[in-house]
Amino acid sequence: MKALMFGWEFPPHILGGLGTASYGLTKGMALQPDMQITFVIPKPHGDEDQSFLKIVGACNVPVVWKENDWQHINHRIGHLMHPDEYYWLRNGIKYDFSRIHTNDLGCIDFSGRYPDNLLEEISNYEAVASVLAHQMEFDIIHSHDWLTYPAGVFAKQISGKPLVIHVHATDFDRSRGQVNPTVYSIEKRGMDMADHIMTVSDLTRKIVIEKYHQDPRKVTTVHNAVEPLPDANSFTKTPRRDKVVTFLGRITMQKGPEYFVEAAHRVLQKTKGVRFVMAGSGDMMQAMIDLAAKRGIADRFHFTGFLKGRQVHEMLAESDVYIMPSVSEPFGISPLEAMQVGTPSIISKQSGCAEILTHAIKTDYWDIDAMADAIYAIVKNPAMYNSLRELGREEVNNIKWYDAGLKVRAIYDSAM
Amino acid sequence: MQNICFYFQIHQPLQLKRYRFFEIGQDHYYYDDFQTEDKMRLLVEQSYLTANRTISEMIRSSNGKFKCAFSISGTALEQLEQYAPELIDSFKELAQTGSVEFLGETYAHSLSSVYDANEFESQIKLHSEKIKSLFGQKPVTFRNSELIYSDEIGEIVSKAGFKTVLIDEAKHILGWKSPNFVYQHAYNNKLKLLVRNHKLSDDIAFRFSHQNWSDFPLTAEKFIGWLTGMPENDNIVNLWMSYESFGLYQPAYTGIFEFLKALPYHAMEQKMNFVTPSEASKKLESAGTLSSPYPISWAGHEKDLSPWIGNDLQQEALNKLYAVGERVRLCQDKALQHDWLMLQATDHFRYMSHKDAVGTHYDNAYEAFMNYMNVLADFLERVDSQYPTSIENEELNELLKTITNQDKEIEKLQHEISKLKARKTKKTEA
Repeated sequence: MKALMFGWEFPPHILGGLGTASYGLTKGMALQPDMQITFVIPKPHGDEDQSFLKIVGACNVPVVWKENDWQHINHRIGHLMHPDEYYWLRNGIKYDFSRIHTNDLGCIDFSGRYPDNLLEEISNYEAVASVLAHQMEFDIIHSHDWLTYPAGVFAKQISGKPLVIHVHATDFDRSRGQVNPTVYSIEKRGMDMADHIMTVSDLTRKIVIEKYHQDPRKVTTVHNAVEPLPDANSFTKTPRRDKVVTFLGRITMQKGPEYFVEAAHRVLQKTKGVRFVMAGSGDMMQAMIDLAAKRGIADRFHFTGFLKGRQVHEMLAESDVYIMPSVSEPFGISPLEAMQVGTPSIISKQSGCAEILTHAIKTDYWDIDAMADAIYAIVKNPAMYNSLRELGREEVNNIKWYDAGLKVRAIYDSAM
Repeated sequence: MQNICFYFQIHQPLQLKRYRFFEIGQDHYYYDDFQTEDKMRLLVEQSYLTANRTISEMIRSSNGKFKCAFSISGTALEQLEQYAPELIDSFKELAQTGSVEFLGETYAHSLSSVYDANEFESQIKLHSEKIKSLFGQKPVTFRNSELIYSDEIGEIVSKAGFKTVLIDEAKHILGWKSPNFVYQHAYNNKLKLLVRNHKLSDDIAFRFSHQNWSDFPLTAEKFIGWLTGMPENDNIVNLWMSYESFGLYQPAYTGIFEFLKALPYHAMEQKMNFVTPSEASKKLESAGTLSSPYPISWAGHEKDLSPWIGNDLQQEALNKLYAVGERVRLCQDKALQHDWLMLQATDHFRYMSHKDAVGTHYDNAYEAFMNYMNVLADFLERVDSQYPTSIENEELNELLKTITNQDKEIEKLQHEISKLKARKTKKTEA
């Protein structure tokens, strides 16, 4: 089984959860012996782990025929792709894309991020997909998230191979209901054209069915998993007098930071031995600093700014409670990461991961009383903390990408 | 098969209301009366009333030959008195027929038998008094909450004046032995043990209306047929179940009440008797001893206590609760003592089970634990305000001993005074 996947991010250079999920899923699927995955991303850096799949950089795929000698190509993109492969792919150019701005190799420069001209990048990605669809051999096309739906659809039209799309989020999650019509139309078209749709949670599945009017039979939930943390034991918790409750993520409307501040206020009215940390950055950070000051809890409420890499796990491990009051979270991988390092998690019922977690506290995102109660119970009650810590860690360690991969495989088989 | 012994159980806990931590120290009322009343009314209307009517009819039409026993927890009795007094009246009528025995148990349907022997004794007493005052019977047969039993519990119960204890058919206790005999305590031959027939009880309580059960449909004739087919020398079959099996687990439309009504007729045709537990243990010889060094219950296949004390949360809650047992019993505050009883119901701990939270209205074990611990925190504060924890238990005991001894001392002295006075008057008379 050869799968052609279109993605947007791949570790180590990631901007959000999409890259992590893409990595985990492909790694889990690669454990199936007959699975060959080609993963296309806009712009690889050359340091991606290619031991279990093949990465193709869209920025190295020629879409306009240019004559170049072998040496030049090797010099330009040799560290990312073999020049022979470049020549081979060049044979896949069947359409005239000279309207697109290309470089000396006939390739498009992608940022691989989320730039202002994102829509342009998305359509350029489509052009690359056409070349790949003409030239490569594959049995199925798999598109990750709306940015890559058009590419997947085009590849399907050219090759006639089935298309499955993977919905990691919808615009309804990102915008709290204020949907961007352009984004919606791209998403809707991708779903309409897909042979099967995978969603990361039942919550997202419901949105896809209700808001995008998809046939429920065509939509299946494949819950995300979490990569095992090989050095989980290297993160330690420094003994300290005060308990630490942490919010970690983008400080944006979607993540519900204000409910965390209000819950903190509730807890601090009753007890003093707790500190609250808001880690991350985002457009609501200023407002949250203001709110904490207004509630008079700024002395116990701390902002760390953006954390990355190892810092994230260190912060999580140092915490007594991790809290994710997201208003709408298609899946939400971070509570699983917190639980990996043994930190009890409180998550909103509006998070996809709540569907698969037993040993985590679930509250409604708006229910600050329940949230405060849970924080209080965990920091004041060792039995509660220990239960959540031990059983939670055990639970998370049993959520494996391999199993998710098998579900995806079953969907492939049924789509073909 | 000669004897059939029925007993029905009624217990409902007081549901705790949603109690947040910031209410600790502010709000001392813990119960969701609406929920509790709603649940109780549902049970009464769908099950208990009809079942009582059916049983009373069965007793009448069989000329008192149909007999059965009831075990109603103190907690449930309180609720019935408050929300369904008509049911209490109906039970009083049943009590007057002489065909119904009321069993003793812990007042609060608690785990005190395992956690606090003193509390266990006092709750047995409390429950006996309650039964006596309502139904005019003094219980002589004991049925512990969740049929929890061990040799040790048997000993305490025997000391409290009970002649018979009901236990469940636990394979590791019975071994090859049949539940259809009367047994006795491991070393106290005054205490008889009756064993629930697990299969036949569940056939009625759970499987009766299951259409994919191989024995569906179950008729009274077929059921009695099974009993007649049993070995000749098996002398008792114990059919024990929750009372709400009639009407709730097996709704009226399944024909469960008609099944029940038809039982005496078919049983008597086969010359079988109905007996109450106390009659059974009086009438039948013990077939041997049963020893249970560790507590058994009627839950699951393991028949152990894991659904209530199996995980860390449950143990934490129970340890915190029973740690103050001694102190609460010293308190005079009526409200406090009532709360103490209500917080002991086994149900609260069952809700904290990760795997086996039967009947829970919480989303998960953690929520049940959080809510309970908040309530308990307030309760403990109240206990503390009566007798501060700064005084050690032993010291407190000393003080209280002096106080109780003072009473005796005063009594003694008063006795002496009256004696002297009497002597004096005698002298003056002389």
